[in-house]
Amino acid sequence: MPKGVDIPILSERQAQIHQAGGAGQIECEKKSLAGAVSQRACVFCGSRVVLYPVADALHLVHGPIGCAAYTWDIRGALSSGPELHRLSFSTDLSTMDVIYGGEKRLYQALTELIGAYEPKAAFVYSTCIVGLIGDDVNAVCARVSREQGIPVLPVHSEGFKGTKKDGYRAACDALSQLVGTGSTDAVPRLSINILGEFNIAGEAWIIRDYYERMGLHVVSTITGDGRVDDIRRAHGASLNVVQCSGSMIHLAKTMEAEYGVPYLRASFFGLEDTAKALYDVAEHFDDPELLERTRQLVRDEMAAIVPQLQTYRKKLAGKRAGIYTGGAFKAFSLVRALRNLDVATVLAGSQTGKREDYQQLQSLCDPGTILVDDTNPLELARFVQEKRVDLLIGGVKERPIAYKLGVAFCDHNHERKIPLAGFVGMLNFAHEVHASVSSPVWKFAARNQTSRQTYAPQDMEANP
Amino acid sequence: MTADPVTRYAVTRNACKLCAPLGACLVFRGVSGAVPLLHGSQGCATYIRRYTISHFREPMDVASSSFTEEAAIFGGQAHLEAALRNVIHQYRPQLVGVATTCLSETIGDDVAGFLQQFRDAHAQQELPPIVHVSTPSYEGSHEEGFRATVRAIVEQLADSESADDSSGPTRINLLPGMISPADIRQLREILEDFGVSATVLPDYADTLDGPAWDGYQRIPQGGTPLESIRRMANANLTIEFGPSGEPATMASDWLADQFEVPCHTQDLPIGILLSDKFFQAVEAVSGALVPPKYLEQRGRLVDAYIDGHKVVSGKRAIVYGEQDLVVALTQFLCEIGVQPVLCASGGRSGKLEHRLKGMFSAGEMPSVREGADFAEIEELSEAAEPDLLIGNSKGYKLARKLGIPLVRIGFPIHDRFGAARIMCLGYRGTQQLFDRIVNAILQYKQESSAIGFSYL
Repeated sequence: MPKGVDIPILSERQAQIHQAGGAGQIECEKKSLAGAVSQRACVFCGSRVVLYPVADALHLVHGPIGCAAYTWDIRGALSSGPELHRLSFSTDLSTMDVIYGGEKRLYQALTELIGAYEPKAAFVYSTCIVGLIGDDVNAVCARVSREQGIPVLPVHSEGFKGTKKDGYRAACDALSQLVGTGSTDAVPRLSINILGEFNIAGEAWIIRDYYERMGLHVVSTITGDGRVDDIRRAHGASLNVVQCSGSMIHLAKTMEAEYGVPYLRASFFGLEDTAKALYDVAEHFDDPELLERTRQLVRDEMAAIVPQLQTYRKKLAGKRAGIYTGGAFKAFSLVRALRNLDVATVLAGSQTGKREDYQQLQSLCDPGTILVDDTNPLELARFVQEKRVDLLIGGVKERPIAYKLGVAFCDHNHERKIPLAGFVGMLNFAHEVHASVSSPVWKFAARNQTSRQTYAPQDMEANP
Repeated sequence: MTADPVTRYAVTRNACKLCAPLGACLVFRGVSGAVPLLHGSQGCATYIRRYTISHFREPMDVASSSFTEEAAIFGGQAHLEAALRNVIHQYRPQLVGVATTCLSETIGDDVAGFLQQFRDAHAQQELPPIVHVSTPSYEGSHEEGFRATVRAIVEQLADSESADDSSGPTRINLLPGMISPADIRQLREILEDFGVSATVLPDYADTLDGPAWDGYQRIPQGGTPLESIRRMANANLTIEFGPSGEPATMASDWLADQFEVPCHTQDLPIGILLSDKFFQAVEAVSGALVPPKYLEQRGRLVDAYIDGHKVVSGKRAIVYGEQDLVVALTQFLCEIGVQPVLCASGGRSGKLEHRLKGMFSAGEMPSVREGADFAEIEELSEAAEPDLLIGNSKGYKLARKLGIPLVRIGFPIHDRFGAARIMCLGYRGTQQLFDRIVNAILQYKQESSAIGFSYL
């Protein structure tokens, strides 16, 4: 029996696991099953990650301390200027606030913080209990906004009111209150916004540089290295380029409906996807010179990295990868990027993929690849073992699963400090993957040891 | 003390504490075969997992009852029951530890009642024990959540009817509080060397600092065996590290009350004085003398104190973190000649100043802050003029701003490797801590010197 097979799959989870090429379709877009140990967080998390990189706004978490404490300075989202986003503010509600309501504390907190830090706007995140204790957050925000003269935007992100995706939506709703409030006078025709790019490890700067070299003006990156004033005039751009479509498509659709700004989807992970993201935008503007500059850029960038990539490719050929991401869009890119490195994807999944996402994912993967939706540590461990995965790509919560089993790992989540976007990012990605896969330490891992050397439970000192 | 230079904010800025359910999860992870289950939103479990994994670099599965809007309106009973069924089916646990959150507490879920109904409904099946602890995040910090969970486990499992082998060796219950896996391991070793039979609760030495695996373990090996917890009622002594005179929260007081198990409560054994106290307590109950190896450790530590005293003499330190840690560290700093200038904790027990008072003569009392956050510590640091910070890694930004060393200790340590292996307890742990403090100061001197001596 292959290792891992003895791990049971909960009956209510079985439809969310699918073998590529198999009959039927995967189920998805469901609420997480109680007790399943989902890797997802909550509505608040969705809102917090999307708005987090707005660097000159105040981010106040209204609730007990945990929600703010666990999200203090955790994203690798860089700012070229102010760094207000790296501070953690909480109303830190206590028993008395729960009994008598937290509005007064919220009002006082906002007033103090705006006075002390002079932000351009404030986001107020509602956590689970805020509605339950009857706080009228909208009213407090409106009052402080009037008094202080800056936008104070409620984010309705109570943790239990849906999934992380609903949190994305709440964040987009807050952002759309800013969009359209600034002057678009100086915005040229050849202009774009980059949505859903969070400037992890400076990735937005890499992408922005490509578009600027193509001759485009980038009005705003939302929200990477984000600035309130840029978001306010974002509706002046001619096109929205939407990455990580799960998180920002709602804002793109709102802007299309309200301001007639069209959007296209893009991904900046991997060579093919990055090149396509640039060409698609160039073609949108239907400008021969712009297109030519884009071709030149892609040629130059590719020429700079392809030889090194080939070296990595030779070393990685034949390896088997598992992928687990937040949104499914990133998983598509990773399957393609890994294929460029001659690495096959044998396990792939996401926290928030939609049915059409999984159809696309299935079409990208080889038959037999296991697809998982909203999976959990035990399922991942089972399939990593069953599919003999050599390399797992995910975030911090997936890392120990790989390492405990003696499997290489690459962090592709928002805490990483290495840029993986764009052409240069592909090289970094190859380097990261190779650094882990090729390490000599794996020969000591339990799964590669003879039985004599293997750790056995009876060796362990018992607690009498 | 001069006038308070700090404005009291209504808001917490860069918290110096975490929420109570995190403490509960850590404790449950230290019970053999246990799975923690948070009754609340999915996010609580996931955030706590990520935070804990980043410190220990080990799997940390925490289940959630994954509240929905309907559950928040009509109550979370059905969700809790489904969660229990699924956890039991998937993990086959020996115990499920249910901790509440702000959400389930605010809507007033009767979790104890739900669990009784669940047990009744599954009377035909062999269910694992389910321990329940109330940990609303708006009440107390992770430190209180940790303590409440230890108490809940003892209250709900310790049983005087359990098999009692009174002819065997001396039996000690050790409730060490929130310490590192390496320190847990060390305490176990000490008690073993005394020849006593010890039950350490929680014991996450192996579950949160374990070996590489051959195949995936649903629940990592290790943890306090349930049978040992049951037998805590029959021990000769309970040693608990924490505040004395807190009968409402300390598990040792409860065991004394219910089963007349004598208790020895003291601060964490950091430094010579507090370690002596611990060793003396074990010596007294076991009737065995301190094994020579510990006398040797103590001797070497005294020797090191003397060798290093000039480096640390008169240095000014800010100490922050859980109150139990702050109290013991402050005592240790006093004994090596470092001057604590600010002792701060995010928690609010109302007792911190009282616990520290005895260590200082009149006029030498440092500034003491409960309910402190890192923004406040930063503001106070101007007047405090510290030479070093001692505490968890969340103080790094301040250390960087002040350009002074940070000696990392406690939880979390998110910016360094090997957090699970940091020791500070007993003579051996104190030795390591002392070495780290001396070296941090030496490194600072060396790096800020224009000459750059390689011989110090």
